Amino acid sequence: MTEALILEARGLTMRFGGVTAVDGVDLKVRPGELRCLIGPNGAGKSTFFKMLSGQLRPSAGDVVFKGISLVGLPASRIARLGIGIKTQVPSVFNGLTVAAGVTLAARRSLPPMLARARTDETLARIGIGRLRDRLVGELAHGQRQLVELAMVLAPQPDLVLLDEPAAGMTADEVSRLADLVVELTRSSAVIIVEHDMQFIRRIARDVTVFNCGRVLAEGPAGQVLADQRVKDVYLGKEAA
Amino acid sequence: MLKSSLGAAAVALAAVYALVVVPAEGQMTTMINGSVYASYGILALSLALIWGYGGILSFGQAAFFGLGGYAYAIAALNLGNTWAALVIAVALAGASAAVLGYFMFWGRISDVYLGVITLTVSLILYRFLNQTAGDEWTIGSAPLGGFNGIPSTPILTLPGLPDEPLSPEQIYVLAMGALFVGYLACKLLVATHFGRVVVSIRENEMRAELLGYDARLYKLGLFTFAGALAGIGGVLFANCVFVSPNMFNLQTNGQLIIWVIVGGLGTLAGPVIGCFLLLMLATFLGTVHQGGGTNWFDPNLVLGVLLTLVVVALRKGLLPLAIAGFDAIAARRGQRGRLARAADPLVCEPQAE
Ligand SMILES: Nc1ncnc2c1ncn2[C@@H]1O[C@H](COP(=O)(O)OP(=O)(O)O)[C@@H](O)[C@H]1O
Ligand SMILES: [Mg+2]
Repeated sequence: MTEALILEARGLTMRFGGVTAVDGVDLKVRPGELRCLIGPNGAGKSTFFKMLSGQLRPSAGDVVFKGISLVGLPASRIARLGIGIKTQVPSVFNGLTVAAGVTLAARRSLPPMLARARTDETLARIGIGRLRDRLVGELAHGQRQLVELAMVLAPQPDLVLLDEPAAGMTADEVSRLADLVVELTRSSAVIIVEHDMQFIRRIARDVTVFNCGRVLAEGPAGQVLADQRVKDVYLGKEAA
Repeated sequence: MLKSSLGAAAVALAAVYALVVVPAEGQMTTMINGSVYASYGILALSLALIWGYGGILSFGQAAFFGLGGYAYAIAALNLGNTWAALVIAVALAGASAAVLGYFMFWGRISDVYLGVITLTVSLILYRFLNQTAGDEWTIGSAPLGGFNGIPSTPILTLPGLPDEPLSPEQIYVLAMGALFVGYLACKLLVATHFGRVVVSIRENEMRAELLGYDARLYKLGLFTFAGALAGIGGVLFANCVFVSPNMFNLQTNGQLIIWVIVGGLGTLAGPVIGCFLLLMLATFLGTVHQGGGTNWFDPNLVLGVLLTLVVVALRKGLLPLAIAGFDAIAARRGQRGRLARAADPLVCEPQAE
C-alpha cells in the first residue's frame, strides 16, 4: 500500500529542551486526499507542519514524501520536491506588490511568460485579482492570508499544508476558501489545520486529532467529531 | 514610467558631465580627485547592492577593495602585464568574497554578526599588512611595504602597448567609465529574476526558502559579485593613489557605511552620490583645515554630525528624500498614486520596465 501514499510520517518527534511538542506521530496521506488536522492550542500541529516543510529538523522519526526521506533536507529543497506551506502567521513579502510576490513563486518552475500567466490565473482563482498592484504590507490580515495562499498555490505543489488559513478572514472569504480547498484536491493532497468547526464540517472527509503532541483519534469527520475523548479535549481546553 | 526615465536622464547627464565635460575642461586636480572618488564610488556601489538589496550588512566591505588593490599591485609587479593583473585582482576579490560568504551563509550567520565578521577580516588584513615592512615580506618581486604600501605599483597601460602607462586623464576616464558601467550592471542585476529573488530574501528569507529558493546560494552569488565589484574599485584606487593598509582600516569601512546611509540605503545611485558629496566635503574641509586659522574642528567630526543629522532628520537618505520631493511636486500637479507608491526606496521592485 506504500505506493499509494504521497506522504508518510513515522514516529515523528520534536523536542524543545524538556518539552516534547510532537511525540511519535504516524500519519499517512494519499495523493488528492483532504485531511483536517485539529486539536487544542499547543497540541503540536504547527510544529508538525514545520517538520514536514523543513523549517524544523525532527528530533526523531522520519517523513517520506513521494518516496524521498525529507529529514535533514533544507526547506528550499523540500519546496522544490512539491510541498507548499501556508504558515500560521502569514509569511509574505510585505515590501513587494501582490503580483510581484506571486510571480516570484510561480517563476521558480516556469519561464517568465508562463509565470506571469500563472500569476494572473492564480490571483483570479483566489479572487484577489483587484489587489494585484497593492503592496502586501498595506493589506488586511485576511487579505494577506489570501496572498500567501496564492504564493503557495502558484507553483502547483503536490502537497499543500495550510495552517489556520481562515484566521482573520471575513465570512465571505471563508466560504470562498472552503470551495477553493475542495477544488484544490483535484490536483493536490491537502492537510489543513483549522479551528473553525463550521469550516471543518463543511469540507472535512478525514480528520486527525492531535493532543499533547500525539494522535488522539483519526477517521471520518462525523465519527471523530462525535468521539467523546475528542469532545473532552476540545471542549475542556476551549472552555478553560 | 516618468520617474524612471527622469532617473535615467539624470544618470546620463551625470555621465556626459563626468566623461566629456570634465576631461574637456582639463582641470588636473578635479580629474585626480575624481579618479579617487570614482574608485570609492564603486566600493559604495558594492555595499549599496548587498546591503540595500540583499539585506547583507557587511561592516568590512572594504576588505575586498583592499584585496583587489593589493592583488593588482602584486600581480602587476610580477607579471608586467597590467591588464592580466586587473583580471587576476578582480577574480581574487570575488573568490575571497565567495569563500568568506560560503562560511557565513552556510553557517547561517546573518545581521550584525555577519557585519562583525567581515569587519574583523578587514581589520586582520589591515594589521597583517601593516607589519610587512621588512625585506622578508615580498611576493615574487613585489615588496609588501608595511604601512607604506606599494607606491611602485605599475599603472595600467594602453591595451596592446605594455610600455605606455595611462595618463592621469586616461585613468580618470577609465575610473569614471567603470563607475557608470558598474552602476548599470547593478541596475540590470537587480531587475533580473536573480535580483528579485535577492530582494525577496531580504524581505522574508523563510518565505523565499519555502517557495523553493535556496537563500544561501542567492546571497553567495550576490556577495561574490559585490566582492568582485569592490575589487575593481581597489584596482582603480591602486592606479590613481597606491595601495596601502589603510584601504582595509576602520576609517575606510566606517566612511563607506556613512556614504551609503547618507546617500540612501535601498538605492544604487544614492550611495554613490553620498560618497561623492562627502568626499568633496572632506577634501574641502581638509583644505580649510590645513589652511590654518580654523583648525578648531575635525573633518571627521563634521562627518559624524552629518550622519547623525541624516539618520535623525531624513531617515532614508538624500536620494530617497529628493525622490519624495519630486513626488510631492508631481502629486500637486495631479499625478497621484503610482508615483507616490514607487517612491518608497525599500520597495525595490525595479522600475525599469
Ligand atoms: N520554537 C519553540 N521552542 C520551544 N517550544 C516551542 C517552540 N515551538 C513550539 N513550541 C511548543 O510546542 C508546543 C506545540 O506548539 P505548536 O506546534 O505551535 O502547537 P499548535 O500549532 O498545535 O497550537 C507548545 O507547547 C509550544 O509552546
Ligand atoms: Mg499552531
